[in-house]
Amino acid sequence: MLRVEGLSVRQPATGRTLLSEVSFDVAPGESVAIVGESGSGKSLTARAVLGLLPAGLAASGLVEVGGRRVDDDPRAQRRQRGSTVSLLMQDPFTLLNPLRKAGKQIADGLPRGADPKTEVPRLLAEVGLPADVAGRYPFQLSGGMRQRVGLAAALAAAPRVLLADEPTTALDATTQREVLALIRRVQRERDMTFLLITHDLRLAFSMCDRVVVMYAGRVMEVGRAADLRREQRHPYTRALLAAEPPADRRLAAIPAVPGSVPAHDAVAGQCAFTDRCSLALAECRASVPPLRPAGDAGRLSACVRAGDLPAAPAPPLGVAAPVRTASEPVLDLRGLRKTFPGSARPALAGVSLTVAPGEIVAVVGESGSGKTTLARCVTGLERPDAGTILLGGRDCSDYARMSREAVRQARRTAQMIFQDPYSTLNPARTVGATLKEALVADGRPADVAALMELVGLDPALAALRPANLSGGERQRVAIARAVAGEPALLVCDEPVSALDVSVQAQVLGLLAGLRERLSTGMLFITHDLAVVRQLADRLYVLKAGECVESGPVDRVLDEPAHPYTRDLLASVPDGTSRWPG
Amino acid sequence: MGWGRFALRRLAGTAVVVLLLSAGVFGLLYLAPGSVQQTLLGTRPATAETIAAIQARYHLGDPVTVQYLRWFGDVLRGDLGTSIRTGAPVSGMLADRVPLTLALTAYGTLLAALAGIPLGVLGALRRGRAADRLVVTAGVAGLSAPPFAVGLLLLVVFAGWLGWFPGYGTGEGLADQLWHLTLPAAALAVGAVGMLLRFSRAALVRELDQDYVVFARARGLAAPVVLGYALRNSLVPMLTAAGLVVTGMLAGTVLVEVVFALPGLGSLLVDSVTFKDVPVVQALALLLTLLIAAVNLLVDIGYALADPRVRLGGGAS
Ligand SMILES: Nc1ncnc2c1ncn2[C@@H]1O[C@H](COP(=O)(O)OP(=O)(O)OP(=O)(O)O)[C@@H](O)[C@H]1O
Ligand code: SF4
Ligand SMILES: [Mg+2]
Repeated sequence: MLRVEGLSVRQPATGRTLLSEVSFDVAPGESVAIVGESGSGKSLTARAVLGLLPAGLAASGLVEVGGRRVDDDPRAQRRQRGSTVSLLMQDPFTLLNPLRKAGKQIADGLPRGADPKTEVPRLLAEVGLPADVAGRYPFQLSGGMRQRVGLAAALAAAPRVLLADEPTTALDATTQREVLALIRRVQRERDMTFLLITHDLRLAFSMCDRVVVMYAGRVMEVGRAADLRREQRHPYTRALLAAEPPADRRLAAIPAVPGSVPAHDAVAGQCAFTDRCSLALAECRASVPPLRPAGDAGRLSACVRAGDLPAAPAPPLGVAAPVRTASEPVLDLRGLRKTFPGSARPALAGVSLTVAPGEIVAVVGESGSGKTTLARCVTGLERPDAGTILLGGRDCSDYARMSREAVRQARRTAQMIFQDPYSTLNPARTVGATLKEALVADGRPADVAALMELVGLDPALAALRPANLSGGERQRVAIARAVAGEPALLVCDEPVSALDVSVQAQVLGLLAGLRERLSTGMLFITHDLAVVRQLADRLYVLKAGECVESGPVDRVLDEPAHPYTRDLLASVPDGTSRWPG
Repeated sequence: MGWGRFALRRLAGTAVVVLLLSAGVFGLLYLAPGSVQQTLLGTRPATAETIAAIQARYHLGDPVTVQYLRWFGDVLRGDLGTSIRTGAPVSGMLADRVPLTLALTAYGTLLAALAGIPLGVLGALRRGRAADRLVVTAGVAGLSAPPFAVGLLLLVVFAGWLGWFPGYGTGEGLADQLWHLTLPAAALAVGAVGMLLRFSRAALVRELDQDYVVFARARGLAAPVVLGYALRNSLVPMLTAAGLVVTGMLAGTVLVEVVFALPGLGSLLVDSVTFKDVPVVQALALLLTLLIAAVNLLVDIGYALADPRVRLGGGAS
């Protein structure tokens, strides 16, 4: 139904190659996932199939849709869009025309002669939305509803092939599960061919029949989902799977591959994974290993050692979370309340929690549950309406009323790390200057190199500016700056959710190490229960500003008492085809 | 937030602005060089009687705020005073000349929109290619050409050498009047074309890169529908540009009316300033303030029509 062979994408203006020799096919009614980390070329592959590459990029190679070769025929490609092949995109907040009512946007895609009055409500019902959504503008809908409207619009012309580019990455965990379940149901009911693009290997295993793993613009491994899950025939697939932390047990350490995804051209003429591969041989650098059949039926691997890979290590056993002796809390919140002006319900409705020195306390919940407001109150970026905040025993409920010295003291006690390190680092200053400033501000010797080594950064990077660092390196710089003064408390607001899994594993390892070495307490805000399982000692579950459940991580995650906690747990992909239900 | 409240809020805002500016306009009398009496006397001989008459007529003995309130009350009743130069009521003079200036501005805006927006759209659609580069260059040229010079050039070429259009006067009857106003309107429009062209091109280029455009194309919507999506979304920045264009044009009429010898508000302003005819200058300044406020109000209403988020109070996304 869909066949791609030897697809390359180049940027003629710069001579860069972004993708090369990408080949795969999808049989009618089959579902295939393309998996890879950021920048591996997944989106470009999808857009090349549709003939919708961003301006300035050119594709070559064979693309066949519905038995018809289209790569050399832009008009055929245009005719096929909508009725033969359609695309659902990642971000529900930018995917719809903001100025047009949902129903009209769906109607725009209907085939000629179809009656919008009957078809639009039918499509809305198919994606589980009431008919009155048709009369609403996108900004009047939630993210999940917008993505459903997007799906209805993508289905309007009854495509035989549906491409979905990270359709749920921007959604909450429970919403993600609902939308994925919906997509799968619709795909089966309509018997559509389905190409899913995702960075989450477990999600791919659950949703699709076969999986294509990409890295640095090349295909590394192809195989049936169940086979690939059981056994990987490429070291990269192995590393990728290992780096995704499980939610059901705690690992002694998350296996992390050092380094990050290279650009396609940086690894031309060799196996793209060579520099990070512990099994690399001289011949891996000699040429690009082609995709070759390896092992079970339909399995392809681009590793020269696919045949003699050592047996994959048995999945590491879970360990019990270490027990920490109780001591005076470094952070003590009591009855924190906050209602934002103009909003009907409180962002925080009386939250109490404590963090002991060296303890990692996770706060989980969906977006809108008040997690970020909590973090911002603790660090004085937001003023609570009521309740007390004790930082190291001192009252810091209202930064505006504290003396300058007390504010300074509070800032030395609590530091914050954000989701997007880029927005918090001064783009004009070098890493070295930023870190030196942080050390000097705390009256410490300006030993930048030692600080960088502490967070696993090469001191040679000190001369660079944030724009020249990778996402993981930037987050390390932000962490280094935060721990420069050895604060007693680190408030981390989704510190790894913008990072690739392999980089996430590195940063989580770093945070766990810092806790041991500096005995820093951490308030760890996240929506990802797998991360909580690996890192945290205790856990608070927030829902609509209220704490619905709390306790030691193993207890809460193994025997959740509250239905909301169970919902959150069920929304973590488990890699089996029973999920998402 | 419903329509009623929206309109009310914008109207109230406009009223406040006009009130503030009216105080400034009244102050013109005191800002003019020389004493107030001298100014109001104009060329009449300054004898004791004439000065006393002026004192009494303009209540110059009262505190300034009282004078202002009295003046503003008169304005509200439609009494704008009498011209020092001609002795005629100012309101009548304005009424005679308003239609011409408004027609000129409207005509110029129409010409600018008809040329600028399609060219901007063309540039955006042919982004980076020869047609686009031509369009962008034309835009820069138009923007940097002063309307006064353009007016003279048009006059020399089309009225002088080619003789296609009349060089001055307003003409009789609709067709003849349009014919007479074409050259001045074109002179006004040249700069505005450049501005509209650049705004509409930039806005459309930005919109065409948005996800919703890719998504619309990916699900097979026809090219005109996709263009419609993008155009509709670039309407808000284009309205902003249109507002600037119209207010800029109101100011531009001053020079153009002089160049083409048209009896509009602009040439009246020049005459009155030369003659230090303060009541007329005050009235003109007030009228211009009102016109500009009205244009901005229309633009605001346009935003609300174009964007449901403004009207219904939605979030940023
Ligand atoms: N318009 C563009 N111009 C130049 N380079 C681009 C363009 N779009 C993408 N690239 C580059 O192509 C490579 C592959 O990008 P692509 O968007 O396909 O990655 P992806 O796998 O979808 O990543 P993500 O998970 O972040 O969405 C990246 O190195 C990216 O920098
Ligand atoms: S080809 Fe060599 S470097 Fe590449 S993954 Fe296989 S063993 Fe590692
Ligand atoms: Mg992508």
